[in-house]
Amino acid sequence: MSKKEKMTEIETKDYLDVRHEDIEPTFSDDVLVGCHNLHKYFPIHGGLFGAKIADVRAVDGISFEIKKGETHSLVGESGAGKTTAAKTLIRLYDSTGGNIYFRRQKTGLFEDVTKIKGEDLRSLRKEVQIVFQDPSGSLNPRIPVGDIIEEPMIVHGIKSKNERKDRVVEMMKIVGLRPEYLKRYQHEFSGGQRQRIGIARALVLNPELVVCDEAVSALDVSIQSQIINLLQRLQEKFSLTYLFIAHDLAVVRHMSDTIGVMYLGKLVESAPNAVLFNNPAHPYTQALLNAVPVPDPEIEHNKKIIMGDIPSPINPPSGCRFRTRCPKVMDICKVEEPKMKEIEPRHMAACHLL
Amino acid sequence: MSLLEVKNLHTYFHTMDGVTKSVEGVSFSVEKGSTLGLVGESGCGKSVTSLSVMQLVACPPGEIHEGEIFFDGEDLLKKTPEEMRKIRGNDISMIFQEPMTSLNPVFTVGFQVSEVLINHRNMTEEQAKERVISLFKDVGIPDPVRRFDNYPHQMSGGMRQRVMIAMGLACKPKLLIADEPTTALDVTIQAQVLQLMREIKEKTNTAIILITHNLAVVAEMADFIAVMYFGRIVEYTDVKELYKNPKHPYTHGLLNSIPRVDKPKTDVPLPAIPGVVPNPYKSPKGCKFHPRCKFAQEKCRQEEPPYILLPGTKGHFCRCWYPVKN
Ligand SMILES: Nc1ncnc2c1ncn2[C@@H]1O[C@H](COP(=O)(O)OP(=O)(O)OP(=O)(O)O)[C@@H](O)[C@H]1O
Ligand SMILES: Nc1ncnc2c1ncn2[C@@H]1O[C@H](COP(=O)(O)OP(=O)(O)OP(=O)(O)O)[C@@H](O)[C@H]1O
Ligand SMILES: [Mg+2]
Ligand SMILES: [Mg+2]
Repeated sequence: MSKKEKMTEIETKDYLDVRHEDIEPTFSDDVLVGCHNLHKYFPIHGGLFGAKIADVRAVDGISFEIKKGETHSLVGESGAGKTTAAKTLIRLYDSTGGNIYFRRQKTGLFEDVTKIKGEDLRSLRKEVQIVFQDPSGSLNPRIPVGDIIEEPMIVHGIKSKNERKDRVVEMMKIVGLRPEYLKRYQHEFSGGQRQRIGIARALVLNPELVVCDEAVSALDVSIQSQIINLLQRLQEKFSLTYLFIAHDLAVVRHMSDTIGVMYLGKLVESAPNAVLFNNPAHPYTQALLNAVPVPDPEIEHNKKIIMGDIPSPINPPSGCRFRTRCPKVMDICKVEEPKMKEIEPRHMAACHLL
Repeated sequence: MSLLEVKNLHTYFHTMDGVTKSVEGVSFSVEKGSTLGLVGESGCGKSVTSLSVMQLVACPPGEIHEGEIFFDGEDLLKKTPEEMRKIRGNDISMIFQEPMTSLNPVFTVGFQVSEVLINHRNMTEEQAKERVISLFKDVGIPDPVRRFDNYPHQMSGGMRQRVMIAMGLACKPKLLIADEPTTALDVTIQAQVLQLMREIKEKTNTAIILITHNLAVVAEMADFIAVMYFGRIVEYTDVKELYKNPKHPYTHGLLNSIPRVDKPKTDVPLPAIPGVVPNPYKSPKGCKFHPRCKFAQEKCRQEEPPYILLPGTKGHFCRCWYPVKN
């Protein structure tokens, strides 16, 4: 074991009690990816010797699964841990605790990928891709777009140059970019077109899971609908599975099959789309949905607005993390953390009221 | 008499690539105590319109080429820079999208809001501090005495936006221009800030110009809406009429294409508007929306339609040869 690995081993040790638990979670056959009790803590170093003084508990024990070909969304306020959860799930971050399972492209078998390394991890990197919010930030400005789309194929050892070029042209057509633009640089494209480039690059290796992290959030209204339609068309065409992150709940309602609501590193509720929007159970979900403006002036807004901000994930409130802002807070909420309970089939929520 | 009346405003920028006519023939008015929502996509000229009213367009490269801007009956374009400085912050104030860029990171928020009162209202430091603390309380900043001494980075985005609003309201303006005041905020915090703005409007009768690209936010906040496209207002009417009876194909298309939080998921694609906004240096001939318009006809490709009051309506304006029949 190298020194670096040893270090992380030690750092993560405190939380390792949650890994390799006796209870093996069960997932049905149509599940592509799942996680069980997933944790991701970021150590904060300080003091004279740079010792660890605290943790940012960005993801603090969440479990969910995504069925193949479906879209699962994560919603919640800024800092809830959505991006961290996604990056940990796809092994861009090492998890601090919990397990990650993935149905592998080659074998079709459902495997624990929490700790895979080397060639196995490289091959997982082909199976999962991520599309970010700001396409210009994640694309190299000095490389022509054709090369941007081609790059993942070089990295993953597709040797034939012709094969790669054909695939670039094919991808550009699929996402609605003119193949003549191959040699252009990204600053010559509009925001919507740059997002198409990002999508082409993400799809070029035929991934199974695509994480869309605020992928349509920065786009203009009229362009946003175009890209939403594109994502849905591609999902159907290539049976893609999406983990979709967006702060716009209208977009989430339009895109998702299932939704998980996060608050301060925890999942507080998860349910199929219609259930969550018609029958939200957790006071936080209710508050979140209530806060969304509706493009209809005839609708009376008698909003029950929750006050305050999301507390710090370094020192989260005891008991239920939402209690400091919850309109229905009770004595027990301070002492005991509510567990996720199934309140109807496939509808889970964590609240003492339920 | 309207509080603000903008007539045939043209604001141009002279750049290395040529001239951009960012605002081309914009006319609108804002009544006392009412809220105008100015909506449109990125680059359509919302901010430049409001900066023109404030005369904060950088010159060069910018230039108010033509137009009149009446505020309380006086033409602002005839004012001296000194007179304009007095009006800004006193009678008209502006709050911006990202408070982090408009608040100075090296001074406390209390000091910065106090400055406005000391400069515009000749208050002493003590008087200003007292007023700022009460303003902070009004805009819902908890523990205002302690917060007075905070630096901007010590506050959350929502709290910083409240500081900006407090600053905007410090001199009891007659008109508040809010440029994307909630765009950078979470929905929960957005709801708090919008609620605050509604309360302010009710309590103080301040007129508001709310600039946003969010069609849901204006539906909740505005009394009247102006929709901009490519430097022009293409449609203007009261809020209920606009959502019930959109007449410009652009407005109509936008309202139909946005996903809605109050409607169940369907499997049908969104009826998106095809294409993109034209390059600002290559203005299309005829109607500026015609390359993306599904109702476009030959006349639209040749001749730009005038901005007119639609016959038989009370104050529904539209810039289209063939307004949508609903
Ligand atoms: N690399 C990192 N090091 C330290 N802390 C981090 C790191 N990445 C994220 N965090 C912290 O973890 C928490 C969760 O962050 P994350 O970016 O996952 O939230 P999010 O839900 O995606 O928010 P947003 O909506 O703003 O994107 C935050 O408090 C954030 O500051
Ligand atoms: N200082 C400047 N120099 C050159 N062009 C400018 C300048 N300021 C604005 N413009 C141009 O004027 C046009 C209108 O810009 P404006 O900022 O008003 O758009 P907006 O509607 O506020 O967009 P957004 O929603 O992105 O804020 C744009 O094409 C922009 O590039
Ligand atoms: Mg994020
Ligand atoms: Mg602007």
